[in-house]
Amino acid sequence: MKQFKGRVVTPGEVTAEAVVTKEGFNTLASFQMALQFGDKEVKCGDQSNTELYGKPLLGKALCLPQTIGSTTGGLVLYCACSMNKNPACMLFANHIDSLAAAGAILADVWIDGVTMPVVDSLGDEFLNYVKDGMTITVKADGIVEVE
Amino acid sequence: MILTKEQQAILDGEQGETLAKVMKTLVMYGEAFEAEKLVPITSKYNHLVTSFGLKVMSPVYDLMQQLLDAGVVSGQKFSVDPRPLDRNVPANLLQNFVSNNFMYTKQDFYEKQLEKLGLMDKDAFTCTCYMDEVGNKPKSGDVLSWAESSAVVYANSVLGARCNRNSGIIDIMGSIVGYVPYFGLLTDEGRKATWVVKVQTTRKPEAQLLGSAIGMKVMEDVPFVVGLDKWIGSELNDAACAYLKDFGAATASNGAVGLYHIANLTPEAVTLGERLIAEGAREYIIDDDELERVKNNYPVIWKNPAAAPRLCFVGCPHLSLEQLKEWTVNIETELVKNGKKKVTVSTVLTAAPAVLAAFEKTEYAARLKKTGVITSYICPLMYMNNPLCKKMPVITSSNKLRTYTSARYYTDAEILKAITGGKR
Repeated sequence: MKQFKGRVVTPGEVTAEAVVTKEGFNTLASFQMALQFGDKEVKCGDQSNTELYGKPLLGKALCLPQTIGSTTGGLVLYCACSMNKNPACMLFANHIDSLAAAGAILADVWIDGVTMPVVDSLGDEFLNYVKDGMTITVKADGIVEVE
Repeated sequence: MILTKEQQAILDGEQGETLAKVMKTLVMYGEAFEAEKLVPITSKYNHLVTSFGLKVMSPVYDLMQQLLDAGVVSGQKFSVDPRPLDRNVPANLLQNFVSNNFMYTKQDFYEKQLEKLGLMDKDAFTCTCYMDEVGNKPKSGDVLSWAESSAVVYANSVLGARCNRNSGIIDIMGSIVGYVPYFGLLTDEGRKATWVVKVQTTRKPEAQLLGSAIGMKVMEDVPFVVGLDKWIGSELNDAACAYLKDFGAATASNGAVGLYHIANLTPEAVTLGERLIAEGAREYIIDDDELERVKNNYPVIWKNPAAAPRLCFVGCPHLSLEQLKEWTVNIETELVKNGKKKVTVSTVLTAAPAVLAAFEKTEYAARLKKTGVITSYICPLMYMNNPLCKKMPVITSSNKLRTYTSARYYTDAEILKAITGGKR
């Protein structure tokens, strides 16, 4: 088991299975088809992301460097949270980007009863260490345990 | 974050709970980026990204309704991204049925919400709001609360305005309170380049391909591009602006670029030159081989990769008036060369409603119509969102459309050949 310390963007505690990408996560491309057509597992629909394409995102600990792409990204994430189709948590190696921050904060402020802990600045070492299927525990103070 | 008395009062709920939540959202958004203050928006108009009444996006319209019910509307008028539907664009019965009865069932409802929230006019639907014909063109130095990645990167880079890559919903929240958090691309430091990109190609690089390569390499960083002025000149004329529009859209969709500088061309690069380059900036060299490598790595997700194209979209982001004229001439020329009178693949050129209206007043409109090409104000991306389109072999010269849909990317020259019966 290894611990990493990041910065809390939106608070919460959760344990979930990791899905990992070292490429930028395109929120619109990843979620649009799954949300639109009720994919129960919310499989990643981004054909350009060879690490995640076709993998379930629902309830997973999504480990990523940052999000990229359309500025609908934040509202797509907000909708995913509103429909309970979101990852269990989002863990960023880098400083969070403006679109992911917007989505997480909109969900935190405007949706009752939704918790999707978001931690950023976990560092490259985190992303190099974590692998698909590992168990991730996010603590309230931004500590992320990987085993 | 340090707030003024007025901002703190809003946050404390003195003007109602809903406005307090809007302010809280913006404060949290700023704090995520260590912003120390909110600064006033100075542009005349805002631009929103959410133009579509997708049933699945109901949470967004519910939130908009909360704003309207509380009387919390935009202090600025705004334009918004293109409409998702246009009867002029070819679609079969089943596609239309799915679009109209399952997907965009909230379109009329949402457009009414937009009008109440502050839409500039009923046809202010385009991703290229900064075109002269549309009239939402910020001044250099203006502070914006825009969303739409291609518009933000254009406003920052070509117009010299200051705007972060705001998400949908955050865009309108900024103009509701009249302030945006001061961080990132609003600051002098945030506008410095952390990459130097050297263009060393032997011919003019395809805008959408060059942008894609740079976007994928630098992600959200700011690139300072050297050597491109050799190919597109050192004057921001119509042709250079159109090139940069398409280039920027690809940097923003294939990566997350919100600002680029082109040496000897874009305003800050002309004024500040290499002083814009941050210490320790990394280098990326782009030559013919690198562009070829990037293009060859695009996945083809057509069921039959050898299928003949059935539809072609050009204009994501929307075309300028000059681009519409140029495509008209090029299609005519290529048809003559190939001994054809009309395009051999259904082809749609998309542009802002106001640009299309201006185009209709030119002699080119009738000439284009004669070639069989259709013009539309549609958002090709929203059209392609229909799951039935996934089975259609659609081609495009837009790297943004390629990124989000099953449309296959070709260069402008390859598209021309494909739609006029030439060999691909």
